Amino acid sequence: MGEKILMKGNEAIGEAAIRAGCRAYFGYPITPQSELTAYMAKKLLKMKNAAFIQAESEIAAINMVYGASATGVRAMTSSSSPGISLKQEGISYIALAELPCVVVNIQRGGPGLGSIQPAQGDYFQATKGGGHGDYHLIVLAPSSVQELVDLTMDAFDLADKYRNPVMILGDGLLGQMMEAVEFKERPKVNLPDKSNWIITGCKDREPHHIVPFDLDPSVLEEWNNNLGEKYKKLKENEVRYEAMNVKNADLIIVAYGTVARIAKTVIQNAKKEGLNVGLIRPITLFPFPEKIIAKVAERVKKFLVVEMSMGQMIEDVKLAVNGKANIEFYGRTGGVVPSPVEILEEVKKYL
Amino acid sequence: MKKVFGRPESLTKVPFTYCPGCHHGIAHRLVAEVLDEFGVRKNTIGICPVGCSVFAYLFFNVDMICAAHGRAPATATGVKRLRPDSIVFTYQGDGDLAAIGTAEIVHAANRGENITVIFINNAIYGMTGGQMAPTTLVGQVAQTSPYGRDPKTMGYPIKMSEMLSTLKGAAYISRVALNKPANILKAKKSIKKAFQTQLDGKGFSMVEILSTCPTNWGLNPVEASKWLEENMIPYYPLGEFRTPEEVV
Repeated sequence: MGEKILMKGNEAIGEAAIRAGCRAYFGYPITPQSELTAYMAKKLLKMKNAAFIQAESEIAAINMVYGASATGVRAMTSSSSPGISLKQEGISYIALAELPCVVVNIQRGGPGLGSIQPAQGDYFQATKGGGHGDYHLIVLAPSSVQELVDLTMDAFDLADKYRNPVMILGDGLLGQMMEAVEFKERPKVNLPDKSNWIITGCKDREPHHIVPFDLDPSVLEEWNNNLGEKYKKLKENEVRYEAMNVKNADLIIVAYGTVARIAKTVIQNAKKEGLNVGLIRPITLFPFPEKIIAKVAERVKKFLVVEMSMGQMIEDVKLAVNGKANIEFYGRTGGVVPSPVEILEEVKKYL
Repeated sequence: MKKVFGRPESLTKVPFTYCPGCHHGIAHRLVAEVLDEFGVRKNTIGICPVGCSVFAYLFFNVDMICAAHGRAPATATGVKRLRPDSIVFTYQGDGDLAAIGTAEIVHAANRGENITVIFINNAIYGMTGGQMAPTTLVGQVAQTSPYGRDPKTMGYPIKMSEMLSTLKGAAYISRVALNKPANILKAKKSIKKAFQTQLDGKGFSMVEILSTCPTNWGLNPVEASKWLEENMIPYYPLGEFRTPEEVV
């Protein structure tokens, strides 16, 4: 049994990253995630063979991650919505170059400068590419500070295992809240050898190139197909979700992150009123848990997707349900966090 | 028989694809010769840009990473900070370094990143077909300054070496040219000094290399070298703007 420490979400991510072996962090201050940048400064500046830089912009930061990751080091950057927009080109390069890295998005209200309050308006950006070209990030959606820790540590392993950028999609509420966390012993993961592609100086070998570019369309097509094969493997092997009270439910709420934890309260309150409501909480937003949703839709014919947005994940739910059930939406946006009361009111409309 | 000239080890056997008369070929060779002379080829990591020299990864016989447009100094920073004992250089054009990459070059220099930047200034955007660059001269015609660069609406050409030399983190900044043998010899000396600065751990080094782009200037290689001498050098004076001895 490990020791439990009270930590702020943003700082818990930082501590988890350090413990996962992250030795390069490049970031830029932006509310509501600046505590993560400051935490990484505090830790990495005292470590040998490590790098912390407050970069001149979020663009510079992601391009520093690109360079650091290419040398074989576990590298991370973080930002919030507008800053993540800035990183998209860099992420696209990292995706084609098949470099591992972790990008943390502590979402805030958008679009534009938006607000500094929590939101989930970057789902499309996170799961549909975000930057140009056919690629995907592995997207993990924590729902508690403990999950911020566990999924951050998983993120580095997944990034290395698949040679892919991984996004932790949090929000301002998770980033700012304080909860007790435990840094558990983790089972050792067998990770692939990096020595056949990293750029470290071509001693005793031919030079390595990290060049996300080819003028020959047939070559680029092959690379894209390779990425496609990788994403297929992700869909087969790395889907994660939580299903709660699904067995006898008359209505399923689909929600992730902060909204999912609110939904758990809704389920409890609904039960008190004799209503049977279940929850499917995607933990990986990419790969999306389509199979479980499709399976549940065989029996349950009412879904309510709840998001802190104008409705983004709902499209993936609809694709998974494929017309077999009725899907409704409830959303708050602009940084507003829905209450359990209003969500239950919405649920009742359909039961 | 003694070998007095040959292909540097730090260049691959791939023939250059640059235009006839393009100075990239000379610049590549000088950098490669310097890497050979320091014996650091196997410990060198190069960052190539977006521009004609995106293909530098085909020609330099070292580990190479292709950076996003303008971001080479940031990528080089990421590499060098995690591998401080490697020799890290960027090779960038004038659009890459002085337009889209202005923030990255300024801040890499300001932080005193211990990298060497090879900055090819040919006063035009080569790869994309001859648009105006930040370093295009007043009155110079380009695809996007078809009536000549008008400072009123397009600003004046930027003197990057002078600008960066105001930063304390910049240890060695110089400007050279490749339009005639005497200048080429001086250029090599300067490139060597820049890499020496990195080897000595003294901070950021940059060599701005005035170069021709015969294709997009609409001149043959000989005319282009003359044009450089008569028009670029008076505006962009050659010399060292900051040397390690000055660094406190």
